Amino acid sequence: MNDIAIELKGIDKKFGLVHANKDIDLRVRKGTIHGIIGENGAGKSTLMSILYGFYQADDGDIFINGQKIVIKDPNVAIGAGIGMVHQHFMLVENFTVLENVMLGAEESQILTAGITKARQELRRLEHEYELEVDPDAIIEELPVGLQQRVEILKALYRGAEILILDEPTGVLTPDEADHLFRILEQLKDQGKTILLITHKLREIMAVTDEVSVMRRGEMVATRTTAETSVEELAELMVGRHVLLHVEKGPAAPGEVMLSVENLTVRDSRGVDMVKNVSFQVRAGEIVGIAGVAGNGQSELLQAVSGIRRAVSGKVWLDGEPVDVTSKDPSGLRQRGLAHVPEDRQHMGLVLKFDQSENSILGYHDDPKYSNGMFLDIDAIRKDAVDKIEKYDIRPPNPRLKTANFSGGNQQKIVLAREMERDPKVLIIGQPTRGVDVGAIEFIHKRIIEMRDAGKAVLLVSVELDEIRSLADRVLVMFDGRIVGERAPDTGERELGLLMAGVADAEEAAQ
Amino acid sequence: MEYFDTLIVILQSTVRVSVPLILAALAGLYSERAGIFDIGLEGKMLAAAFAGGAAASVYGSAIIGLGAAIFVSVCLALVHGFASITQRGNQIVSGVAINFIALGATVILGQAWFRQGGRTPQLGEGERFTTVELPFAAELADIPILGSIYSNLLSGHFLLTYFAFALVPFTWWVLYRTRFGLRLRAVGENPGAVDTAGISVIWLRYRAVICCGILCGFAGAYLSMAMTAGFVKGMTAGKGFIALAALIFAKWKPVNVMFACLLFGFLDAMSIRMQGNALPLIGEVPVQFMQALPYILTVILLAGFIGKAIPPRAGGVPYVKER
Repeated sequence: MNDIAIELKGIDKKFGLVHANKDIDLRVRKGTIHGIIGENGAGKSTLMSILYGFYQADDGDIFINGQKIVIKDPNVAIGAGIGMVHQHFMLVENFTVLENVMLGAEESQILTAGITKARQELRRLEHEYELEVDPDAIIEELPVGLQQRVEILKALYRGAEILILDEPTGVLTPDEADHLFRILEQLKDQGKTILLITHKLREIMAVTDEVSVMRRGEMVATRTTAETSVEELAELMVGRHVLLHVEKGPAAPGEVMLSVENLTVRDSRGVDMVKNVSFQVRAGEIVGIAGVAGNGQSELLQAVSGIRRAVSGKVWLDGEPVDVTSKDPSGLRQRGLAHVPEDRQHMGLVLKFDQSENSILGYHDDPKYSNGMFLDIDAIRKDAVDKIEKYDIRPPNPRLKTANFSGGNQQKIVLAREMERDPKVLIIGQPTRGVDVGAIEFIHKRIIEMRDAGKAVLLVSVELDEIRSLADRVLVMFDGRIVGERAPDTGERELGLLMAGVADAEEAAQ
Repeated sequence: MEYFDTLIVILQSTVRVSVPLILAALAGLYSERAGIFDIGLEGKMLAAAFAGGAAASVYGSAIIGLGAAIFVSVCLALVHGFASITQRGNQIVSGVAINFIALGATVILGQAWFRQGGRTPQLGEGERFTTVELPFAAELADIPILGSIYSNLLSGHFLLTYFAFALVPFTWWVLYRTRFGLRLRAVGENPGAVDTAGISVIWLRYRAVICCGILCGFAGAYLSMAMTAGFVKGMTAGKGFIALAALIFAKWKPVNVMFACLLFGFLDAMSIRMQGNALPLIGEVPVQFMQALPYILTVILLAGFIGKAIPPRAGGVPYVKER
């Protein structure tokens, strides 16, 4: 079998407790564009980093062109003809294009000869693949599309026959993405093999020959692109997991507590991540926002909770307007908005603090816990013990460092802190990410209880099952927009298609 | 003519006091351009000065003294490298530790070995560096202006002085014209780019701190074996920190480093010259003020006059492959 460029057998990789890659098999035919698709966190990037020698697999073999090879560092990978375009570019920003291309492939100790050669080679590659870029331009002055081109040139300059692109279109405008795909086609015509990592189904359908789907660290299927469909891939990607059934009665929506109108939010790169989004959440209902990770949900949560400035739009909290162009999370907390952030370890907790300290984080100014100058340690401890009891936090030790609690118990610490404030509006991001099954059930029950107590709950989760079982209304986000509102008992397939950006989801599902 | 002669004298002394600054600042440049901040320049220089003075006096050879100075300084640089590269420790803490170790150990060892209150014995002929006269210096001395500049300012320095100044263009060449320099600059800006290009970040950074150690060794040797004849406790007197300030002031560029060091050296020379002399208009200025002047100016210059000094972007951050 000489036409197999890459073969992976039984690749396994763990990071601590996270099983990033589970027994992965993959075959990529020479001269094709092979897509690897999966949600964020499915293990695609880890797998590619293993192939590029950035990480070592715990187990498994790699064959390049039929030869077994141990890729212990990127040097071996480069030697085997593998080039990689990283999701976050590996460029030296204040170097010129030429210097970046040469770095690591300088030919000799003194640069002069290498510079001449690199210049010629760049010119040749430019003509051959439509990869125009000024060799003397400084990287940080180039738009991202061109920076990416430099990454591709770097790989080609090193003689790459296999090119891995990790989420290449994430930072590109649609025009730039189209140009990239043309380049990829040309590279393919020249006999190069391309691995395209993405979570965007459209791209897979547009350019790949074959596609493999990853889900939760596993390789679940490989299909010939021409013989599959967006629908099938969406289903494979999201997967059908065991539906955790949650007991809940009908909602009794009351007053509008949170109202968002035409909200637009930009991320730190200046890309619009939330585009003109409007919705309302009433007291006594749970509104779920479904979507594939990275479609603007995080930025939406951050803007509504006051930790990221919005570009434009209006937000009302309990009928009172909120200034969305300023950041005032503590002001919003005082007005009755509680926020359980998506990333509890970075935003929800200080892992080095003990449980009791984390139980009051953000509310430490409350007269209950301090007299303005000194913290009332006794009151804080007592309060922590109450929360431990009420939320069944284990081990029940308020003085234990938070880092030593399991994921589920850490999440309970955050939930206890926010829910016990008796807020009017509760915003929850990824309530059960990395949480064990027992704790999931507990957390779900609590969320329903909050609703039944008349709170307005906004829930964001990438777990479609979770949204479907908890929410009273489901909004689907795709590419920064809310592309539809559905009842929670809408078919998984239809929701999956909406999440994948297929406009006529209802029709397609039938 | 009197003013001109005074100027020549001040400039000559400027060159003398600038040399250790230039050597130390270039040492720091190699390290910091590779992303390893080094506030231990002072300590390495001091340890090297002691090692140089001690070895030169014991073995009666300036060359052995220089070798010992470099060896000790490189060892300390490797300690800093081990702490900050391999162990990914805090580079400032490690640097401070080296400064303290050097300050204490030189005095203790000096007292234990030589029993002269922490000094090393006075170095005699052959045990220290001597100045060299450029050809025809004596003959040309009488020519007005140019002759004076040649024979009094350019001639009559130590070989180490010429070496230090030659090192400036050499460092520029290494940094911008060699493979090592390209990689060195890259690793200080984005070690991820270096790593993905198949180059070892760790080995590259170790080489950078070794370069730093060697140059600090030269700087220390100059202090105890050229500028003076023997080690005196605490003789670096903050020169390592001034060199660091010059490095920042020069925005981590070799030629700028030289000018920054000359400026600081000039201020130092002025303060020595001005002591006890009345300034026109102002009158006599307290000695303490003149001595503090270089430091005051350093603060003022660094605070506002040079614009923003952007350090190498990966500076001070241990490299950990991101997950």
